[in-house]
Amino acid sequence: MRIAVCIKQVPDTAEVKINRETGTLVREGVPSIINPYDMHAIEAALGLRDALGGKVTAITMGPPQAEAALREAISMGVDDGLLVTGREFAGADTLATSRALSGAIRAIGADLIVCGKQAIDGDTAQVGPEVAEFLDIPHVSYVRKIIEAEIDHEARGSIKVERLMDEGVDVVQAELPALITVVRELNTPRLPSLRGKINAKKTEIKKLSAAEIGLTPEVVGFNGSPTQVKKIFTPAPRCGRRVLEGGLEEQVEALVKELMEKKCL
Amino acid sequence: MPLKVEKNVCSGCGACITVCPYDAIKMEGGKAEIGEYCQLCQACLTACAEGAIKEYKGDLEKPGQADLSAYKGVWVFAEQRGGKVAPVAFELLGEGGKLAGQRGVELCAVLFGATRQEARELVRRGADKVYFCDDEIFTNFEDEPNAGLLASLINEHRPEIVLAGATAIGRSFLPRVAARLKTGLTADCTGLEIEPETGNLIQTRPAYGGNIMASILSPGTRPQMATVRPKVMKPGRCDDSRQGEIIEVKAGEFRRSRAKVLASIREEEGAMKVNLQEADVIISGGRGLKGKEGFQMLRELAVLLGGTVGASRAAVDEGWIPYCHQVGQTGKTVAPKLYIACGISGAVQHLVGMQSSDIIVAINKNPEAPIFNVATYGIVGDLNEILPLLIRKLKERKNGR
Repeated sequence: MRIAVCIKQVPDTAEVKINRETGTLVREGVPSIINPYDMHAIEAALGLRDALGGKVTAITMGPPQAEAALREAISMGVDDGLLVTGREFAGADTLATSRALSGAIRAIGADLIVCGKQAIDGDTAQVGPEVAEFLDIPHVSYVRKIIEAEIDHEARGSIKVERLMDEGVDVVQAELPALITVVRELNTPRLPSLRGKINAKKTEIKKLSAAEIGLTPEVVGFNGSPTQVKKIFTPAPRCGRRVLEGGLEEQVEALVKELMEKKCL
Repeated sequence: MPLKVEKNVCSGCGACITVCPYDAIKMEGGKAEIGEYCQLCQACLTACAEGAIKEYKGDLEKPGQADLSAYKGVWVFAEQRGGKVAPVAFELLGEGGKLAGQRGVELCAVLFGATRQEARELVRRGADKVYFCDDEIFTNFEDEPNAGLLASLINEHRPEIVLAGATAIGRSFLPRVAARLKTGLTADCTGLEIEPETGNLIQTRPAYGGNIMASILSPGTRPQMATVRPKVMKPGRCDDSRQGEIIEVKAGEFRRSRAKVLASIREEEGAMKVNLQEADVIISGGRGLKGKEGFQMLRELAVLLGGTVGASRAAVDEGWIPYCHQVGQTGKTVAPKLYIACGISGAVQHLVGMQSSDIIVAINKNPEAPIFNVATYGIVGDLNEILPLLIRKLKERKNGR
């Protein structure tokens, strides 16, 4: 099975602090990591490859330094890395990103595409389904379990999964080629192996520009993005904090009274 | 708009590099240079004391659809689950009604897979028209039929705004619709307003783990599409006398679905629903609960308060409660009226998932726990003493009434 994993290099938002004076984010010293959901996507792809045979290619769109994310994926056992890169991709929203990624996937060919549910910097969860639409293939979001996958020598096959919904779980079967987006519950990502680390050093990362994917600069990056950021601001700080006093029983009594007054009960 | 550094103004102080969340700015020859990783968040704009960073307005005109004025009306995709319209649809009709009023246009709802009676309910809640399809293909949620029929209706009737809930369903299939129509979609909005000068929809959403808010426009394409977080907008008033048109549509060619639902299992815990995003009250537990048994107290409290149970990642990782209960960056983002955090220290990843709740109660034995920084009310002490007390007091109130 040819599997493509879409990953994103993101700043570790857990490490980000806000400068209370200026109301801006302090990015200094914050490490770049593979988006945590994408780690589960990598693991899912590797698990399927180990069971069914085939090859896993990690794909990312980003600046030259995003190569580090691909090398990290290779150290976990991914076979190949593909970096979609170039100034023309800068300022891409989800639509322009999906267009570029789907172009790259089309260029290498894939039976299954695995993405993390969303990236922790943007939290949109849109790129996976949009890539599926650009490729005109089915997708299943929020996969929490892969029940079975099969593929024959003519690349006909299917994947059966459990999908996490707001009020329960659906069992969904998709025809291949298909795209799935995965949640954390799916698996535990493996650690890099020694052999993987050696591969990560020596594997050549293939780079693709917009022209090489067959896309003009007008449809990628900022120019190809229908959405624009009008402004960025920090949310208003919370107010109305109240420290409860007295012994535990009095505090609990005071809390219940406050909640009654606020009509919470 | 792309950002540029005016090199003759830049002092090379590096303030922009410090604030850039995307590590997109580098120092080149003593001057800042904005690289291709720029996401246009404009954090550097405000950080630059010299005002050297400017929005570059050169090629504002994008290749978009020619005639935006041909698009009129506000649409709400009314999602159904098990044949019942989800509450978020009524919230969207409430908000959509305001937007339609400001634009002087119709408010329409789209309903797939429910009865005509549910369609009439949408009229009572504010829809002037309901595009309605009761084809059984929509009984279970499958992405392709929903995306196909909605995109086709949009192409035919050309609304200027399309809203859906930022739910499992909305967030899964609306991106397909946006990609098919090559238009902008903003995820997980918490605020919507009309920009007076242009009539464009300003879509505000949290980003970067809730640390910043971003206002997004789709100025050059139509429709402007957004998913909206449940529980943020106020539902429209129910008016039995309201009249509206219910227009039946056929699924036709859009019945094709290459990802089929074989089974659909609803997860409920007794009287308690696990749909965190639609709960008014959430009682959440963390590592301080010390084990599975601790959650039993939370369940009791949840039933008393008519709420549901949430959890921190730590508790989920310990296997004390399933992942669908997880609140936080890698779980659900919630904003209930009341959030009670029990034995949760308040890691940033948890805080971003719940800090917009109306009232936050924190119970923790460590007075230094960061959860107290976002709490409306805090009690420092042992959960095993406090929770039984709280349960007892609540029961007394209940019985007293």
